Amino acid sequence: MEIRFHGRGGQGAVTAANLLADAAIREGKYAQAFPHFGAERRGAPVVAFARISDRPIEIHSRIKNPDIIVVLDPRIFDLVNVADGLKPGGIVVANSTVRRVEGYTNYCVDATGIARRLGLVISGWPVVNTTMLGALVRATGIVSLDSILGVVRENFRGKLGEVNSRAVLEAYESARRC
Amino acid sequence: MVVRSLTGNYAVAYAVKLARVQVVSAYPITPQTTIVEKLSEMIEKGELKAKMVRVESEHSALATVFGAASGGARAFTATSSHGLLYMHEVVWWAAGSRIPLVMAVVARSIGPPWNIHVDHQDIFDQRDTGWIIGVAQENQEVLDMTLQAFRISEDPRVYLPVMVGLDGFILSHTRAPVDVPDQDLVDEWLPPRRQPYVISPETNVVMGNIAPDEVHYLMRYSMHEAMERAKRVIEEVDRSYAEVFGRSYGGLIECYKCDDADILVVITGSWSGDAKHAADRLRSIGINVGVARVRFIRPWPRERLVEIARDKKLVIVFDRAVSMGSLGPLFMEVSSTLYPYGTSLAGVIAGLAGVDVSYEDFERAIKTLVSKLEEQGRLYIPQFWLFPEGFESEEKRLEVARKWL
Repeated sequence: MEIRFHGRGGQGAVTAANLLADAAIREGKYAQAFPHFGAERRGAPVVAFARISDRPIEIHSRIKNPDIIVVLDPRIFDLVNVADGLKPGGIVVANSTVRRVEGYTNYCVDATGIARRLGLVISGWPVVNTTMLGALVRATGIVSLDSILGVVRENFRGKLGEVNSRAVLEAYESARRC
Repeated sequence: MVVRSLTGNYAVAYAVKLARVQVVSAYPITPQTTIVEKLSEMIEKGELKAKMVRVESEHSALATVFGAASGGARAFTATSSHGLLYMHEVVWWAAGSRIPLVMAVVARSIGPPWNIHVDHQDIFDQRDTGWIIGVAQENQEVLDMTLQAFRISEDPRVYLPVMVGLDGFILSHTRAPVDVPDQDLVDEWLPPRRQPYVISPETNVVMGNIAPDEVHYLMRYSMHEAMERAKRVIEEVDRSYAEVFGRSYGGLIECYKCDDADILVVITGSWSGDAKHAADRLRSIGINVGVARVRFIRPWPRERLVEIARDKKLVIVFDRAVSMGSLGPLFMEVSSTLYPYGTSLAGVIAGLAGVDVSYEDFERAIKTLVSKLEEQGRLYIPQFWLFPEGFESEEKRLEVARKWL
């Protein structure tokens, strides 16, 4: 299973991919998570990748034909073709209440709203990575909710862990087909 | 043992900790930096009892660990690309002094133009320095090879420093499951540090003074002999590691479906995984491909390669570096090794500056070369440039040249 995350530099797309891989590894699966660093700076569109498999993963090249895409920022839809190479029957999970990609199964979640309400804001930027993982789990069941919560608590200690866990849960509950 | 989700860089740091390294010195450079950041964190938390020496450059970083190692400490540094070039003088000093050391090299292209992505130009630039040079394919192997590097370097038959190469970003910043061995097992497996001499305030040792020309000549010969002996040591270490930790990589060369292959790919680094995947897919359409993944480019596994490759219908070398004005460096090694046997050869140059090479790209290149072999009966194509997607035509390349070059 191949997943591509689209975000803006600073939103946490790379961390989202990492946490997803951590959760899969926690479940005894094989996984890879890797960023693609171009000349991007904070605010520019970025991508991060994850692969999950029951067998060891030997491929290291970039993901061209993902099964799932996760869009962390609704404005990305206007900047890049997020569905580029997405497999037929693929799933789109977007931080948006309206944006969708025709011809695919779409899930929407207001991740920005959840992040703002919970105070997951850094330098004025809502950080939606953990929130989007909650929505991704709801949409795909690619890993279990418990595994995601486990790695979130492991990576963010104390209060920050609690807030991020709540973000995961709220997104899990509010994500819907759109 | 515990399976952790670790980047390649963290896998290096865990191995360094398990080896109970006593002195670390480094200067930050992407994509190496997170190795020493992690080590620094381990030292700060008291998990690793080592001294971290902050310096102003890579030249000083290697000089510092060279000094510490000469004084008897197990020492480690890590670098990449321009950092490695900057320390190049000391790279020779450390090897020529026969001081065991381990350095991680996170492979990255060399500027200009500025670029942080992987190719093997920086690693191959170290080819003649007298360091043993290993290159890993996966994060697990990065950890295992780093641990093995200490044992190889400190073996009295060798006494040469070792570089552990790992591909920038593709391994260094990619998380994957890594089985981290127990400290007790590592303590039992890795003997206490040995080295040919130790400098101390009480002993008078002169290092690096002028020697008669003949002595210098003989020292080169002795390093060369140590390299030859290191081949056996590397194979032994691979076997003994497997006995204790359950993982073997085949020593100098990992053979993936080599035995019954007609076409053999020779390659090194993380993209070997993509090449293996391509081999499997080509086998399903009747093209019998195997992959010989070179794990150590120094010492060069001449004898092993001859065994594996001499009778193949075609040997295709994939280089992620080029010796401008000559050929791909791995191709040069392979072609000189197989020269007496007249094996058909092709050298593909691809993936420079981190240009993505997928298993489909491998398949296309291999298919093209196999069909040329079928047309011609025997093949010798020393350079076959696999240009980035969209730049296959001369016209397109000229367009870029007019704009950029």
